[in-house]
Parts: sequence; C-alpha cells; structure tokens
Amino acid sequence: MSDKGQYILQTQGLTKEFKGFTAVDDVNLNVKRHQIHALIGPNGAGKTTVFNLLTKFLQPTRGKITFNGRDITSAKSAEIARMGVIRSFQISAVFPHMTARENVRVALQRELGTSFHFWRSVKTLNALNARAEELLTSVGLERFADVVVADMSYGRKRALEIATTLAMEPELMLLDEPTQGMGREDVELITQLIRKVSAGRTILMVEHNLGVVSTLCDTITVLQRGAILTEGDYATVSADPRVKEAYMGKAA
Amino acid sequence: MNSKIGYLIAIALLLTAPLVIYPVFLMKLLCFALFASAFNLILGYGGLLSFGHAAFFGGAAYVTGHALKVWGLPTELGILTGTAAAGILGLLIGMIAIRRQGIYFAMITLAMAQMVYFLFISAPFTGGENGLQGVPRGTALGIVDLQNDMNMYYFVLVIFGLAYFLISRTVNSPFGQVLSAIRDNEARATSLGYDVDKYKLLAFVLSSTLAGLAGSTKTVVFQLASLTDAHWHMSGEVVLMTLLGGLGTIVGPSVGAGIIIALQNYLASGPLAAWVPVVLGLIFVACVLAFRRGVVGELREFLKKSF
Ligand SMILES: Nc1ncnc2c1ncn2[C@@H]1O[C@H](COP(=O)(O)OP(=O)(O)OP(=O)(O)O)[C@@H](O)[C@H]1O
Ligand SMILES: [Mg+2]
Repeated sequence: MSDKGQYILQTQGLTKEFKGFTAVDDVNLNVKRHQIHALIGPNGAGKTTVFNLLTKFLQPTRGKITFNGRDITSAKSAEIARMGVIRSFQISAVFPHMTARENVRVALQRELGTSFHFWRSVKTLNALNARAEELLTSVGLERFADVVVADMSYGRKRALEIATTLAMEPELMLLDEPTQGMGREDVELITQLIRKVSAGRTILMVEHNLGVVSTLCDTITVLQRGAILTEGDYATVSADPRVKEAYMGKAA
Repeated sequence: MNSKIGYLIAIALLLTAPLVIYPVFLMKLLCFALFASAFNLILGYGGLLSFGHAAFFGGAAYVTGHALKVWGLPTELGILTGTAAAGILGLLIGMIAIRRQGIYFAMITLAMAQMVYFLFISAPFTGGENGLQGVPRGTALGIVDLQNDMNMYYFVLVIFGLAYFLISRTVNSPFGQVLSAIRDNEARATSLGYDVDKYKLLAFVLSSTLAGLAGSTKTVVFQLASLTDAHWHMSGEVVLMTLLGGLGTIVGPSVGAGIIIALQNYLASGPLAAWVPVVLGLIFVACVLAFRRGVVGELREFLKKSF
C-alpha cells in the first residue's frame, strides 16, 4: 500500500467549462490517504461539479485525475466505482421501491457474478443477507431491514446510503453534503457514523455545516467560483480573511 | 400463499376455458397476454418506453410464417426461428436505442420499427398487402395434430405458461434486482459499479425475444402473418394493454390484454364496430388521468388500504 504514495487522489489543472462558463477552474486537489478531507465553498462554487468530474458523470474539459497513482481521466463511471471510489449524491441516493436489505444487497451482489442471470431465483441472493444485515446494524438500521425505503425518514435514508456505500468496501468515499436538510439529532448521528466508517478509509466530503467540518475533517479545501481559494486545517482556513469574505452574505 | 391459490385457480380456469369459450378467441387472448407481458419487462421493469415492439411481434410472425410455409420446418422449430429472429432484431435496435432516455428512446424505437415495416411492405417474401396466408399449423412433437383447435389451444397454453414463468422469474432474479435498482435510480446504480446500459440492453433483448414468441405463436394460430402485425398501431395497442392492466405488475399486462381483446371482439360484431378506436382512446385517457396504476395496480392498492 505504502508504495502507492501518500496521496490517494490527485487532480492536475482540472477544469470544466459549460458553454463558456467555467464551473471548475484549474483545480489541483491532493487528497491524503486515510484522511477526511472537506471541500467547502459558497453555493454554486463548483463542489458538486468536481465530484461529477472525479466520478466521470461529467467529462473534464481539461486536466488529469489520478487515483492511487493511476490515470483515471478517461475511465467510465462504473469502472471507477469498481476500482473502489464510491460517491454519494447531494440528494439522497437510495432505491426507493426496494427494501433496506435489498438496497444493501444490490451493492453486495456484484461479487457473486450472477447479476446477469435472469433465470436464477432471487433466493440465491439470500446468501448475502447476513452481510447485508451486519451493514445495516453498523448504521443503526437493523430494525428496518424489511421496510420499503420510500417509507423511511430522510435521516434513515442517508444512513442507508452509507451502509450501501460501505458494502462496496470503498477505498475512497465521496460524500456530497451528507447532512444537508437534517435536524440537529440526525446531523449528530451522521457525523458519528462518518467518523466510525472513516477508519482505514479516505473520505472526501462536501459539507456546508462548519461545525461538522471542524469536528471531522483533517484538511479543508475552499472553493470559490470554481477555483481553489485556500487550503489547510480548520484553524488555518477559518482564520483566513478571504474565506470569511467568500462566505459573507451567506450563512457563515 | 394467497398468490399460490390465485395461480392454481387461474390454471384451472385456463385448462377448462375452451370447453365453454371459443378456443380461437382464447388463443388470441393468450398471444396478446404474452405480448403485453413481454413488453412490460422493458416498460414496467426496465422503465423504458419502447414504441417499436410491433417490429418484433410482426417480424417474428413473418419469419415463422415463411419457415413453416416455404421451408416446411416442424412447427416448434418454425416458432423458435421466428423468436430468435426477433431477439436478433431486438439486439440490433437495442444497441442503437439503449443509450437514449425517455422520449428519445421512444422516438428511436418508433423510427426503427417504421423502417422494418417499410422493409416488409416492399420485401417479396411477405406477400405485400395480402400477407402470408395459409401457413400450415403442422403437428406438435410430430404427433399431435394442431389443425384441431383444442389441441392447438393446449399447445399455445404450454408456450404461454413457460414464457410467463420465465418473465416472472426474470423479474425475481439477481438480474431483476439490478434492473429495478436501475429503474429506481440509474446514477446510483452506476456509482455502485454497474454498467447500466448492458443491463438495459439485456432486458430489451429478452423483451423483444418474448414479444417475438407471441408473434410467432399468433401466426401458427391464425395461419397468417400480415402487415397489421408490424404496424405501429400494434406498438400502441401493447402500450395500452400494459397501462390498462397495470405497469410493473406480473399479471397486469395479461389482464389488460384480456380486456382490450374482449372489447375489440365484442364491439366488432355489434353496431359499434366503427367506434372501436374511440372506445380504446377513451380507455387510454381514463388510464392516464384516473387509474395510473392500471386495473391490477389499483386493485392491489385498494386491498392494501382496506386490510
Ligand atoms: N450541467 C450543467 N450545465 C451548466 N451549468 C452547470 C451544470 N452543472 C452545474 N452548473 C453550474 O456550475 C456551477 C457550479 O455548480 P455546482 O452544482 O457544482 O455547485 P455547488 O458548489 O455544488 O453548489 P451547492 O452548494 O449549491 O450544491 C453553478 O453555477 C451551476 O449552475
Ligand atoms: Mg452541490
């Protein structure tokens, strides 16, 4: 592992232009292995667009992305996921018409190699139930295994999303505003959960809640109008007058 | 448990039905029930609106007609040939269409199906406006005479039963799980490492193959393959049957097909014959406006609420 270097993910000159408008502007991101790294910035700064570029849901206009020293700039979304980079979405990303157990199992079942087998009974997936339930327990959802996800509360959906992501055993998790739209209790819950699952992993997260950022994150990158404004630990970044200015008029 | 009893009752009814009801009508019903169930695989479970399924139904009908009439193949082989042809056509059209979403997917499948239709109009082997007439029914397994309507009915029933089982198995399979994940949230399925286009393509090919099986069987029953089978009206009709019965339910499309075929037959023999399209249009409007879940879907919802 150590020969892969200290950075798990790096970008060089990452740029995305939408019809002349530059949403991501020459971003050099260096994410250290086993850290929780935050990407913050005002609304429209380009945070989600960076995630979309890293996971190839969008094609970069320019620039290079490397994961574990390997150039993944031209890889496809599903390939990147299979390498161990799993993202969440700003809106909750669950499969609403399936049960919580089925949600997690969909992530687990790829390893069985039967995902194209339309002639096999779905019961063959029951072999994965124990693992699925273990994962649900790890996010406190053990009692909801059989609940259809559409009927679950927002906070639980986000916890389920994390369980599903964990099922992929990701090396790098990209979380886009995991606490957005949550009440204080749920925020607390998800914060603890993220800390728990960060053991042995790297997390890059977009987060507006600076309280969460200060308790969780080792490194913070501030994005403004698509470009990196500054970078460092929480004390350094929060003392930077330019950061305060960038957040002026916003909920700072 | 309840559904097991339901299936047993349905099987008993299907086995005894030709003693009371005209078997040719029943066979027509089964063919269209199969067609709609196959279609539901891509619309209800794949979340993709194909507007070109007549190409598979009609294409298989012609190939089977030709194989039986001109090549003189045994009946089973003739049906399999037509079904395989529909599968290959499904693969070709699917590879072009599958990357598109929503209305673009519908438009491309419609355009491709129209191309196939025009091919059939001008191709010599289809018999043009007259179609392929007098296709021999032949025998089942070389012994059972299918010229007898009763024998033919049970032959069709076996085909329908097998295909129906395959469809419900597909829905309840590891593949079916991935498919419903993709329908629920495609971006998330991608981010879990699934190449979603490949799964959608397989669903499309399965759907077109089974739609072909319905068309092939229909040719044997009516001893006829014609342009009607491949016309875009047919693509529209199967959408209507599926929506009316209940999208994404296993039995829904069969129920929808039953209602439409029964209505057509009943109205066509009465003074309202000219009004069939209007009645179907009204049903379509009612489905879209009031009964979005279709007959089976609404019924299920009603039962869920009242117990
Ligand atoms: N597909 C697109 N086409 C055109 N413009 C886009 C597209 N996606 C994003 N943008 C623009 O790029 C800019 C950055 O958007 P992005 O969603 O990345 O911001 P963000 O930092 O995630 O904001 P928020 O905090 O509100 O989530 C915005 O001005 C947005 O309008
Ligand atoms: Mg965003």
